[in-house]
Amino acid sequence: MIQVLSGQLLIGLINGSFYALLSLGLAIIFGLLNVVNFAHGAQYMLGAFAAWMALHYWGVGYWWALVLAPLAVGLFGLVFERLCLRRLHGLDPLYGLLLTFGLALVLEGLFQNAYGISGNSYPVPAALEGGTNLGFMYLPRYRAWVVLVSMAVCFASWFVVEKTRLGAYLRAGTENPALLQAFGVNVPLMFSLTYGYGVALAAFAGVMAAPIYQVTPLMGSGVIMVVFAVVVIGGMGSILGSIVTGLGLGLVEGLTKYLYPPASDVVVFVVMALVLLLRPAGLFGRQR
Amino acid sequence: MARTNRHLASTAAATATSTAAPIVQSAAATSAAATLTPTLALLLALAAFAAAPAAAQVSDGVVKVGVLTDMTGAYSDLAGPGSLVAAQMAAEDFGGKVLGKPIVIISADHQNKADVASSIARKWFDEQQVDAIADLVSSSTALAVMPVAAEKKRITLLSGPGSTPIAGDKCTPYNVHYTYNTYAMAAGTGRAVVNQGGKTWFFITADYVFGKSLEADTSKVVLAAGGKVLGDVKAPFPTTDFSSYLLQAQGSGAQIIGLANAGADTINSIKQANEFGLTKKQNLAGLLVFLSDVHSLGLATAKGMYLTTAFYWDRDDASRKWSKRFFERHHKMPTMVQAGVYSELTHYFAAIKAAGTDNPDKVMAKMREMPVNDFFAKNGRIGVDGLHRHDMYLAQVKSPEESKYPWDYYKIIRTIPAAEAFEAPDPACPQVKK
Repeated sequence: MIQVLSGQLLIGLINGSFYALLSLGLAIIFGLLNVVNFAHGAQYMLGAFAAWMALHYWGVGYWWALVLAPLAVGLFGLVFERLCLRRLHGLDPLYGLLLTFGLALVLEGLFQNAYGISGNSYPVPAALEGGTNLGFMYLPRYRAWVVLVSMAVCFASWFVVEKTRLGAYLRAGTENPALLQAFGVNVPLMFSLTYGYGVALAAFAGVMAAPIYQVTPLMGSGVIMVVFAVVVIGGMGSILGSIVTGLGLGLVEGLTKYLYPPASDVVVFVVMALVLLLRPAGLFGRQR
Repeated sequence: MARTNRHLASTAAATATSTAAPIVQSAAATSAAATLTPTLALLLALAAFAAAPAAAQVSDGVVKVGVLTDMTGAYSDLAGPGSLVAAQMAAEDFGGKVLGKPIVIISADHQNKADVASSIARKWFDEQQVDAIADLVSSSTALAVMPVAAEKKRITLLSGPGSTPIAGDKCTPYNVHYTYNTYAMAAGTGRAVVNQGGKTWFFITADYVFGKSLEADTSKVVLAAGGKVLGDVKAPFPTTDFSSYLLQAQGSGAQIIGLANAGADTINSIKQANEFGLTKKQNLAGLLVFLSDVHSLGLATAKGMYLTTAFYWDRDDASRKWSKRFFERHHKMPTMVQAGVYSELTHYFAAIKAAGTDNPDKVMAKMREMPVNDFFAKNGRIGVDGLHRHDMYLAQVKSPEESKYPWDYYKIIRTIPAAEAFEAPDPACPQVKK
């Protein structure tokens, strides 16, 4: 019993680190740009597809893809921010939501047209194949890697935004962009870069996911709902909140899958409803 | 949130496609009619009526088939646009005409939703003179459309769905269940695996009608063959991360993990079972695996797996010849569902020709009377319950080393004779009692 439970908790933690990584990007984008990035799932899918295409067409392996795919997709995000999203700055967040939602539909439609619904298989990199028997479960080496890397990236992002001078600029930019610009900081560029970084994080998560899940055009639309719930529960825009909540919800979901599987795809939303009832600003959110 | 919005958007799209113009339309006929004056047309029509009374046996002067399938969702690779291509090929290969009247193929996306499927079917029957609906992948859409068709006396030709009640207590006199059912899958794969020593089973089951039907049918076969079922877990549909369920399957200690799911669920569960090292001590049995699934998984992951199929493109010369023509148009080899759509429509057109009418009762009688003999089935017979009983094939997925050319994926291990592959007619079906 204890053995099975610890296995399920560990799996919950693994899934939780995906949620954390994805919701982190969303939280950064919302916190600093006030944009509800509905294209996050599609950008996650783009990352996975970029890795697959790099391997399939040019023979570029996993390790390079881990760097190049987020860069390429991040650049795409930056251009998108510059050309489209920026025009909606200062308007109701609903407009940004609609634009990014439209982008997601277009991207998913294009990929579905080109690659079909079943998608493609991406192999686990040779160095991370196999796994270890922990006694209570078999832990694939790749999953352990996912947890470690996600934690590292989450911590680094949190550190940059909350503890460094650059982060201070970013936070100041959200509070009062005009004043910050008066101090000679290029605020529009900063916003573009922030969006680009958030998108790159989604793509990074996509590359991490490629060897585990089938790379399909709709892989992002399933996970994005849970991730939005994570961001809402954690408190919109709270970086620490999204990391902690992502991990926590992974655990809750893991337990549900063991105790009562039919509820496992709604448990996250039940938690969300409860949190919104008791703490409308989310667990870590500040009332605006 | 995202999902709801997507559904709204795609519902609108589906309505648009369903009302769109026919895809294969006899252009000559329409333009000629447009240039005739009404009186002349009336005279000609009268003349035609007097000269050849038998030719007037096709209602509305056209044989119209609607391909109602999943065009963009989870089953769009195994059916979807490929089913439409197959239907168009069937119409063209039949000469584009039957009894001198043009064959018209139209199509729509039912999005795997029962309500969308039945409302498109109603519209097709009431407003667009559709004589038969083909494919209907996913059992819930088939079960929703069948009673509508029966009420309007139109024919349903099912290739995609698998639930056994379709030819059981839910059967109708105007339905043909053509390609496969869950029992045939279970009987083929289940029995073969037990006979090879896979005695103890654990099921990972998609938590809806189809998955449960597949699990129940397989359990029956496993128990009858002397095996044991140690347990099961019902995973919500759809699921992307199966690790938790796989861990439970691993903990059960069963020799065989039966995957009672389909499409993306099957793909992800097989992929992750490999990752979690399940395949070292236990074996997977994919209970419904399509060629498109194996193609997207890749042989390195899928190798060695047993599966049952109604059709494999590379089985003999006839199947190869047709499949290569299909490949030229669709750029993918056909799945059994797509090949089934071609075969069932060809049989339907032949039955109209033989009956000399498209009257549904007479066509159904002819379809039951005539055996199916083509690249898809040898001596296939459609029973009173509408189930097409034909040979099935037990196949094993090749390893990457064994595969010599693109799409060289299966070894056919055994031909399962029709009598063994399918159950005898179910007395729960009203026509069987008669």
